[in-house]
Amino acid sequence: MEKIRPAVRFERVTLSYGERSIWSDLSLDIAPGTLVAILGPNGSGKTSLLRAILGLVTPSTGRIEVLGHAPHRGDPGIGYVPQHSSFDPDLPFRGRDLVRLGLDGHRWGIGLPDAAARGRVDRVIASVDAESYADAPIGRLSGGEQQRLRIAQALVADPQILLCDEPLANLDLRYQQTITALISAWRERTRGTVLFVTHDVNPVLGLVDQVLFVVSGRWAAGRPDEVLTSERMSELYRSHVDVVRVHGRIVVVGESTESGFNIEEPHHVPVAVEPH
Amino acid sequence: MDQLVALLGYEFVQNAIAAGFVIAIVSGVVSGFVVARNMSFAVHALAELGFTGAAGFILLRLSPVLGLLAGTAVTAVFIGALGVRARGRDVVVGVVMAFGLGLGVLFITLYKGYANQAFAILFGTITGVSRGDVILLVAIGAVTMLALAAVYRPLTFATVDPEVAEARGVPVGALAVAFLLIMAAAVAEAIQVVGVLLILTLLITPGAAAERLTPRPGLATVYSVGIALLCTLGGILLSLVTNAPVSVFVTTLSFACYLVARFVIGPRRRELRLATAGGTAAQEKATTA
Repeated sequence: MEKIRPAVRFERVTLSYGERSIWSDLSLDIAPGTLVAILGPNGSGKTSLLRAILGLVTPSTGRIEVLGHAPHRGDPGIGYVPQHSSFDPDLPFRGRDLVRLGLDGHRWGIGLPDAAARGRVDRVIASVDAESYADAPIGRLSGGEQQRLRIAQALVADPQILLCDEPLANLDLRYQQTITALISAWRERTRGTVLFVTHDVNPVLGLVDQVLFVVSGRWAAGRPDEVLTSERMSELYRSHVDVVRVHGRIVVVGESTESGFNIEEPHHVPVAVEPH
Repeated sequence: MDQLVALLGYEFVQNAIAAGFVIAIVSGVVSGFVVARNMSFAVHALAELGFTGAAGFILLRLSPVLGLLAGTAVTAVFIGALGVRARGRDVVVGVVMAFGLGLGVLFITLYKGYANQAFAILFGTITGVSRGDVILLVAIGAVTMLALAAVYRPLTFATVDPEVAEARGVPVGALAVAFLLIMAAAVAEAIQVVGVLLILTLLITPGAAAERLTPRPGLATVYSVGIALLCTLGGILLSLVTNAPVSVFVTTLSFACYLVARFVIGPRRRELRLATAGGTAAQEKATTA
């Protein structure tokens, strides 16, 4: 059988800022059409991983391949949903305008009226169910509404890879499900690849094909049930860690240290657990 | 009215109106970006160091208009080179501004019989511009508008949504420097009307008023230009009729425009309210709060 070209390939990639190594010797193939959750505590370089794929940071050693070529800034094959940032409520800018930026905002000039482009913007806004507020000022929309429009912005140029940085942060449960469903529907429809940075795997657990867990430069990748085990997690954190499944949710619990739990990620640490 | 018609026959009045027209268009367009990028302090610094440039050029018996432009452009380059990121930018602006104003003081002391021209640059001189000045101002204005048109879309992208803009290959840092230079030219222009000290009335207020009138970015630019034109030309005419300085009327008119936009017209605009259909956003805000 012919081998399918991976959507993203990491070959022994090490990324460091100055002396500090973010992650080292990462080798991973991400097959087209898969949804990969990138997990790990804050500051473990999850966002840097996305930035490396976008060509915004260059690894110190190793090679990254995106859709068969080296990463480069402005790759039209990639759609990007950045970490939540808020807009000024008085900014004269509508959701529709934000989506339009994803189509041709990077081009020079003023941008003359273009019926085809408007049609594309309308269709992608309809596909994320945002028609009713696409004409309101973007800064006055709720976090969930803004996030739908961000997804539309990332998808409007028909990318093959969608990079999402904490797309569910600051959203209530209902909107977490909506956004997850939107991303999942896009993947079904286009066979696109999704890389999803998150500190909590549970909202997407049912959809994830592969997880990449990064802790202090070390990493583990594979199917969720392979990686999210007490053995692999203890190895990664280099201390005793339990992976518990409760009510269909996965919880990673670390032993307590003098300064609290050794896993600083609050979402992995249920308050009720007694330190031993 | 007859008095006004008679005034329009004078060459100095025609010069003032022609210059005011170009200056208002440039100010109106640039002020939208100044407001969105939160750069009022940088505008102020550019203006004050434009004063230093003009003072220096007058001392050397060169054109004060070119001196203004030289002052603002050099400042823009300094601010751009030392720090274009929002964080720390104000600090750099302050550092550069303090030194530049010191130079301005030196130039004033060196030049004897200077008071009038210094006053004109600080508070505006539009009714004193010559035909040569008008041509110069139109040329600077045209170049500024062309530059702004060339970078309009990516500058908007970098202003509103810098993370995604960077990912899409927009040169965010280079555009920040380019916009500083565009601002430098706009400031040098607007100083002709309102002077150094009142610069914000043309480079902040029109954009700030316009964003209270519409959520559409293109329309906001049109409103901003309209407001700048109304204030500038209205100010020039009122000044001619009453003999009071232009800047008094321009600042009063622009403040009035802002108040009307914010408290009278804006609140009645349906498209500026939270939700456009069914109140979904309002409901959701209530449930997530």
